[in-house]
Amino acid sequence: MSDEHTDNKIETKSADSSSGGYAPPAEKIPVQEAPDQELYHAKSFWTKWVFCQDAKVIGVQYALTATAIGMIGLVLSWGMRLQLGFPETFSFLGPATYYQSVTMHGMIMVIYLLTALFLGGFGNYLIPLMVGARDMVFPYVNMVSYWMFLVAVLVLIASFFVPGGPTGAGWTLYPPQAILPGTPGSEMGIVLMLISLSLFVIGFTMGGLNYVITVLQSRTRGMTLMRMPLTIWGIFTATVLALLAFPALFVACIMMTLDNLLGTSFFMPEIFSMGEKLEYGGGSPILFQHLFWFFGHPEVYIVALPAFGIVSDLISVHARRNIFGYRMMVWAIVIIGALSFIVWAHHMYVSGMNPWFGFFFATTTLIIAVPTAIKVYNWVLTLWRGNIHLTIPMLFSLGFIVTFVNGGITGLFLGNVIVDVPLSDTYFVVAHFHMVMGIAPLMVVFGAIYHWYPLITGRHLNQTLGKIHFWITFVGAYAIYFPMHYLGFIGVPRRYFEMYDSPYMASGVGLNQFITVAALIVGFTQILFLYNLFTSWYKGEKSERNPWKANSLEWHTPDYPPTHGNFGKELPVVYRWPYDFSVPGSDKEYIPQDVPPSQVPTAKAETT
Amino acid sequence: MSKKELNIFKLLSQKPWEPSQAIIDDQHDGKTLASSKAKLGVRTVMIVSTVIFSLFIVSYSDRMLVHDWKSLSEPWLLWINTAILILTSFVFYKAKIYSEQNHFEKAKNSLLFVGFLSFAFITGQLLVWQHFIGIGQYASTNPANAFFYLFTALHGLHLLGGLFFWGKATTKIFKENFNVSKTKQAVELCATYWHFLLIIWLILFGLMIAT
Repeated sequence: MSDEHTDNKIETKSADSSSGGYAPPAEKIPVQEAPDQELYHAKSFWTKWVFCQDAKVIGVQYALTATAIGMIGLVLSWGMRLQLGFPETFSFLGPATYYQSVTMHGMIMVIYLLTALFLGGFGNYLIPLMVGARDMVFPYVNMVSYWMFLVAVLVLIASFFVPGGPTGAGWTLYPPQAILPGTPGSEMGIVLMLISLSLFVIGFTMGGLNYVITVLQSRTRGMTLMRMPLTIWGIFTATVLALLAFPALFVACIMMTLDNLLGTSFFMPEIFSMGEKLEYGGGSPILFQHLFWFFGHPEVYIVALPAFGIVSDLISVHARRNIFGYRMMVWAIVIIGALSFIVWAHHMYVSGMNPWFGFFFATTTLIIAVPTAIKVYNWVLTLWRGNIHLTIPMLFSLGFIVTFVNGGITGLFLGNVIVDVPLSDTYFVVAHFHMVMGIAPLMVVFGAIYHWYPLITGRHLNQTLGKIHFWITFVGAYAIYFPMHYLGFIGVPRRYFEMYDSPYMASGVGLNQFITVAALIVGFTQILFLYNLFTSWYKGEKSERNPWKANSLEWHTPDYPPTHGNFGKELPVVYRWPYDFSVPGSDKEYIPQDVPPSQVPTAKAETT
Repeated sequence: MSKKELNIFKLLSQKPWEPSQAIIDDQHDGKTLASSKAKLGVRTVMIVSTVIFSLFIVSYSDRMLVHDWKSLSEPWLLWINTAILILTSFVFYKAKIYSEQNHFEKAKNSLLFVGFLSFAFITGQLLVWQHFIGIGQYASTNPANAFFYLFTALHGLHLLGGLFFWGKATTKIFKENFNVSKTKQAVELCATYWHFLLIIWLILFGLMIAT
């Protein structure tokens, strides 16, 4: 750390100043040694809005692209629900369409929507603003990253239009079935999917490079790592996870592409297909599963950690309290990130493994509950006796806590081998992972959009539409996923496109129809949200500067909304963490990060 | 690095809300590590590549246990290619030393020689491919072949990526008024990357001839 050379001086100073208030000498800040970052100044429309190197524009581009492809994922889920609720009713549905919808829905939502939105969207927009940087460290590479993502999305969309349609192998793309005839899309669909994923990984690595190095090296003066908002901690740790986990997906994709196109046998065992013995032999499908889940489990936290970070900030700002246990929140993020690399085989309990292997992975899985529970307690304790404003971001944050606890607790069940084996192929698992990594992070996404929309556009989203959006989404999500737990318990298998008249479906048929109707309603509400998003852009209520009275730097830029270069002539200097709400003795209700101690002389620090 | 050693435990136990910590924190210049951002960028790329190659090696060791594994023959050309790559790395090291000592004319020659050697290496690898295809050893013939083609292709692609940046560095140094410190850094980083690719190749090649 750079503070080491100043350590000795500081010790003596702090001795006389620790009795109360801040020490005035800290006011003097040495001049900046490093020259300011040179930025590319856009001259034409194209370089300003299309091939743009400004992280804020890139963030919005990422978010819009992710939302667009996410809407396709949403429509695909309607296809699935119509098939399950009302089988043999719609001529455009059937086994193949069902499996293609399941696969594309899963892949789109997890990777192209949530990962891209949290890291590409929020990461790009918020990292430079929140750490006090003018832009990302490599703006050009950052721009290329977005365009790689766009190409990946276009390749994915192209797979809908090739002969055979998109792949229907399930979002896990398990070989051998993924590339054998009989699986929908085994002709071109699977190849385009694998290429699209490889492109996504390459593009993401370029972006990830930027996020990590910007957080590490480009912070403004006074912004130590432990003064960063938890949003940045979450995005930063998730990016590190992604840089280490996505290579596994890349490796698996490359080898499966070769198995498919060149006839190699990396993953393909000796196999008969359509009555004929194929050329393949000796490959291990389990190896693919290990590679896939070595990526797949960290991926869960790549989505969850930014959500954890963002929701911490939303709760703190909208409850006007400092976050309870800031350090523990940071530790929990880092520990969850580290643990996420040694739990992957809990997705493979039913693939067959040495019992001790399962025992090990069950143990590590359950250990993750500890830091996660700490986070939940800290959110609740932040709310405790807080001045809770029931704004829309706060509503979504509360929705997140409840949903996350819900999905987390079913995760404790499923982490045990003995409970997982009977439940693994049922709707219980579908309910679990949608609650914990579908609905919960989406609640944060929505909360974050309502929170930062004024910063991006200078206008508020419509509040009435927002409240309708929240309540239907929140209640609707429970209407969809609570019955699914029950379906799982009575043994309804997932992945089946139709249950026909299985005896145990007696109580399930009506429930399935109910879930489908709820899913359609929740889905249409998202269109309402999009309508709100687009119309508020030009006719929303104008927002005053810093409408939520937040402390972090992004709200304190000279231009509002922030312009190219973020901070005008001088970069801000940071004097405190972003959680100084209701500081005892202070006449101000909140103290932004760039306010020096001399301006709030009466503020006292609570000793801990 | 001496001044900015990163002690993660010390860092994570800071209490940012305490007045005594605030005084220390106010002096912080916002950088966590003493390296330049370009250096960190190259390092991050190398870490990600290392993860990729490690996972391939894990897959290789898993796959070779199956009975159908038949090791490839080792054509002498592969040894020559390896020697070329070692020489490339050495010349790049010299180029870096020259540019550090401001002997830019010598550095220019070395850089050009590096480019020539690198393309010679890639050509050599393609000749090995041609040799194997000629004797009917295709990627689908045996998993050992498949891994050989995969490893050489990925390593070659990494080298081509490196050559793109070598091209940028070389163009810089041949300009009339080049930015000395930036050019030096570019040469240095390219050299590091070349050494990295040499190590990767030695590991992959060693793995393939040992099994």
